[in-house]
Amino acid sequence: MVATIESAEEDAVGQQGHDESALLEVEGLSTYFFTRDGVVRAVDDVSFSVAAGETVAVVGESGCGKSVTSLSIMGLLQTPPARIVSGHIKLQGRDLLTLPESEMRKVRGNEISMIFQEPMTSLNPVLTIGRQIGETLVLHEGLSEKEAESRAVELLRLVNIPEAERRVREYPHQLSGGMRQRVMIAMALACQPKLLVADEPTTALDVTIQAQILELMSDLKQKTGSAIIFITHDLGVVAEMAERVVVMYAGKKVEEAPVVDLFERPRHPYTAGLLDSVLKLGSSSGERGKRRLNEIPGTVPSLKDEIVGCPFAPRCSYATDYCRTDAPVLEEKAPEHFAACFHSDQLAEQEN
Amino acid sequence: MFSYIVQRLLATIPVMGVVALVVFSLLYFSPGDPATIIAGDMASEEDVREIREQMGLDQPYFVRFGTWIGGVLQGDLGTSIFTNRPVADLIMQRLEPTVALTVSTMIVAVALAVPLGIIAAWKAGTAIDRIVMGFAVLGFSVPVFVIAYTLILIFSVWLEVLPVQGYVSITEGFLPFVQHLILPSLALGAVFAALIARITRASMLEVLSQDYVRTAKSKGLNQKEVLLRHALKNAAVPIVTIIGIGVALLIGGVVITETVFAIPGLGRLTVDAILRRDYPIIQGVILLFSFVYVFINLLVDVSYCFFDPRIRY
Repeated sequence: MVATIESAEEDAVGQQGHDESALLEVEGLSTYFFTRDGVVRAVDDVSFSVAAGETVAVVGESGCGKSVTSLSIMGLLQTPPARIVSGHIKLQGRDLLTLPESEMRKVRGNEISMIFQEPMTSLNPVLTIGRQIGETLVLHEGLSEKEAESRAVELLRLVNIPEAERRVREYPHQLSGGMRQRVMIAMALACQPKLLVADEPTTALDVTIQAQILELMSDLKQKTGSAIIFITHDLGVVAEMAERVVVMYAGKKVEEAPVVDLFERPRHPYTAGLLDSVLKLGSSSGERGKRRLNEIPGTVPSLKDEIVGCPFAPRCSYATDYCRTDAPVLEEKAPEHFAACFHSDQLAEQEN
Repeated sequence: MFSYIVQRLLATIPVMGVVALVVFSLLYFSPGDPATIIAGDMASEEDVREIREQMGLDQPYFVRFGTWIGGVLQGDLGTSIFTNRPVADLIMQRLEPTVALTVSTMIVAVALAVPLGIIAAWKAGTAIDRIVMGFAVLGFSVPVFVIAYTLILIFSVWLEVLPVQGYVSITEGFLPFVQHLILPSLALGAVFAALIARITRASMLEVLSQDYVRTAKSKGLNQKEVLLRHALKNAAVPIVTIIGIGVALLIGGVVITETVFAIPGLGRLTVDAILRRDYPIIQGVILLFSFVYVFINLLVDVSYCFFDPRIRY
């Protein structure tokens, strides 16, 4: 009895070694793709952290490095061509990048699991739903096939799939897209992971189903207490789900802020542009009837070339000469609000 | 499912009918006359004509085809022109060595090629991949008889570990039976294995780039589980298809392999029959091979359901 108390104390002491609030810390992550045409800097010196139970959204347009960031965390990059050239990814203080593959496999699907974008292609067409959910439990929790199947039925009920006993023996092609994404969620939550990485989980679904899936995810988050990294380009989803937002552009983090702060006072012109390009209720039919949605002019720079200055400068209406020669660093512009821009204050004034 | 199988079996009837007609016509119109061969060099034209009449060779095309096909439908494949014995009996006598050879070849080829193909796909672009595919090209391009004689030279003549030629029935002991089959199976299986290995690699490569393989990895499964549990079953349909098609290759290869290794099977029976223009035997053997081929393709089609639940008949 005494011994258990002592060891519990030791555990508590042992955990003080790192920042206790952070579940996952990504520090200076750079993931490059070494292709025949040259080096693509898909993720360049990105840092952020996720606290236990927190939902952090990573936003940006296609090709900004959001998905590569998530695959880097999972250790699922295709190497070659991809390689993490520097940085740390720490899960409760343990650097995942230095773990041997066999140890990393115990993390995957168990401590961190992932929901993918395409429910139509992310499930194996030749294995039953029950088998696909159950195999994680067999693998990480040592359940028998039979126990795993009954747990799979429970999990299907948890994600609101009707007739779970029957569905568990069905194949993915017998389910609709929304159902399949529910199955993916059930699969990801099977081992009660500490962190869930959701890579655009609603992008491929139609709008009514999207709302249902988001509701389900918020609901399950309440129940399980998993932290979520929510990768998306949909700012509507961000507003609904996230507590904190990381904005990425051209492989770099350009802004990070609590969600309300970000929506009300963006400190980076790119974020402001993204917000402007979303239809707001009541704003479009305001002054003169119809108004065209704003878009961000230009395109994302090629990640193959060394970017001099601010990567957003060519598309930015605030850009000045030194934006094109000097890269702005990420600074705390307001409490907990970071942005990499020389003109943050100007932008903030204008927004007000 | 059951009705599908019945349907497919019924569909084999016209196929076999066409095969019978083509085989018969080919031999009917090909040059060479069994009567002259039976009569020998010294025979007069009168003798030859007499023999021809006796055997019904002077009858018109349709009468001869009708007589033969009528017999076949009643289970009578005809009588050998030379030995005067029923073709069905001759085939049954020679069946065992050929079945043993083809089955062991298929086992050797599949057991060798599928794992190699999987490894090549898994290690795609590496030295292992190149070595495996190099061997596949070799197996594909070197003729059966060259491989056969090379194997005999190495294992029988130099190393003296395996018999040079011949066949021992399984009833005479399992070990000698296996020993006599190793080299012929390897020689005959080379092309077959090369084909399967290439298709396995290509099919696996395609599957390994699919999203669900990434999902499987994200669950923490190891490489073996990802490859065998998640990928292989998805890649199986093309692999099984090529195994079925490859049976045709085997049938062709059996004739050569049996000749090189002096195995008294159907291949040898056919070669001897062709040399003697023993039409009933040739027709019977080809009919049998065709039937086996059609039947194996049916098996392949049915096996798809087992691998892919989306396929239903």
